[in-house]
Amino acid sequence: MINFQNITKVYNNKSVALEEVNLSIEPNEFVSIVGKNGAGKSTLIKLLIGEEKPSKGRLFFDSYEVNKLKLSELPEFRRKIGIVFQDFRLLSTKTAYENIAFALEVDGKSQSEIQEFVPQILDMVGLSDRAFNFPHELSGGEKQRVAIARALIHQPMLLIADEPTGNLDPLNSAEIVKLLVKINELGTTVVLVTHNKDIVNNLHKRVVSMDSGRIIRDEENGKYVLA
Amino acid sequence: MFTALFRIIKYGIQGFKRNSWLSVTTIVVMTLTLLVFIGLILFSVLTTDTIDLLKEKIDISVYFKNETSEDDILKIKRSLESLNEVKAIEYISRDAALSQFKERHKEDETISEAIDVLETNPLSASLNIKAKDPKDYPIITAYLTNENLKTQVEQVSYSQNQIVIDRLATIVDTVQKSGMVLILILSLVAVLVSLNAIMLAIHSTRDEISIMRLVGATNMFIRGPYIVQGIFYGLIAGILSILFIAPLIYFSAPYIKMVTPEINLWTYLMTNILSLTGYQILFGVLLGTISSIIAVRKYLKL
Repeated sequence: MINFQNITKVYNNKSVALEEVNLSIEPNEFVSIVGKNGAGKSTLIKLLIGEEKPSKGRLFFDSYEVNKLKLSELPEFRRKIGIVFQDFRLLSTKTAYENIAFALEVDGKSQSEIQEFVPQILDMVGLSDRAFNFPHELSGGEKQRVAIARALIHQPMLLIADEPTGNLDPLNSAEIVKLLVKINELGTTVVLVTHNKDIVNNLHKRVVSMDSGRIIRDEENGKYVLA
Repeated sequence: MFTALFRIIKYGIQGFKRNSWLSVTTIVVMTLTLLVFIGLILFSVLTTDTIDLLKEKIDISVYFKNETSEDDILKIKRSLESLNEVKAIEYISRDAALSQFKERHKEDETISEAIDVLETNPLSASLNIKAKDPKDYPIITAYLTNENLKTQVEQVSYSQNQIVIDRLATIVDTVQKSGMVLILILSLVAVLVSLNAIMLAIHSTRDEISIMRLVGATNMFIRGPYIVQGIFYGLIAGILSILFIAPLIYFSAPYIKMVTPEINLWTYLMTNILSLTGYQILFGVLLGTISSIIAVRKYLKL
């Protein structure tokens, strides 16, 4: 489903963020991408969602050749992926309900569909009673759950979580990861980018390790080794 | 399609209400801009009317020798009327001149007695000429001081008032030209200030714009609500500007009247209140819309 072919990304002709990366991810997989800061994990994600273009190589997602997408084609493409960030990235002037509904409204879904699905997903992430609170009224863990709900509401094929637990305490972090695993079991491919050793080592799933822009290890039942 | 439009309007109203502090400050700035606009409009109305009145007051008189017959005078009047530069001519016969003089000085006993003592009418017949433009008086005068008319014309009053009339003509011209420049510059400044205010308002939401793009919103979906907000700002600012200028004019009209007694700015305002309100709202909405489009453009490229 996802295919990085010889991807290289260089910024300003000087700093090499990614070098000759080859990576394949199949549907329904749960892949953790790990590495220290500056390893190239976030760059990988930026290329995947079309926010940057690779300097060399080709990148495929489903039937899209992502590096060849035009600016006008990006909105439609982005609606096929759900993304969760470390800093939540919720719209501060909208309630939790409205933030999630926005993802559907953007897709042109009808009011009735929205009224049906949004409460369901709020229930799934355990936030039914916080539906009409604004982001600044929610805790970090709650905000992240809203973000996940928003990422999932249009039933994307792929859920990307870029350091989703970065701003959360250990308890909330564990809750979030549990949620991600549940989502994966329900059929969504999940790519988790993190540098949280404990989370990764407890998952017993595929781990792709990166360092200095290269993939140094790719194991099915992997562990995050600090060496 | 329709749903999308409805949602865009909904977001616009939402954004307007939920960012109320930002909305208020932006509206205040836009109202000030529109106050400048309408202030300039009223100012130019005032100056144009004043200038027109002054032009009206400027005229020259041609005095004819007593031997010149009325027919001849009227012939000259007709040929003068054919000149492009001439706006109006009034013929004042010797008798008419005398009765006008008596009327003007009826309070003054000395003069009234003096007139009665004189047996003949000392006053000449005259033509009172108004030109369309004060600059044209020299042309008319040249025509009148022509050799052909020397036997009939006693005196042309222009030469006495020439300096004053010329100076007045220059002042009128300068005021009109510099008025235009002033209006253009002030309008430009006001528009830029408004544009800046709106750009600031939108800049403060640039994170939201990038989030919306990540969720997959199209440019129109992102830009639309800001345009709707811009329209609201413009509409409200337009109405507020009229509400503020009205009492301002009402209270300052008496003072303005001291300078230009013939013009009542309050009356002008009231007579044209509907069209002026319409213009202000139109300017406001245009200003708000165009500013929003320019401001969002910057963040949509990111």
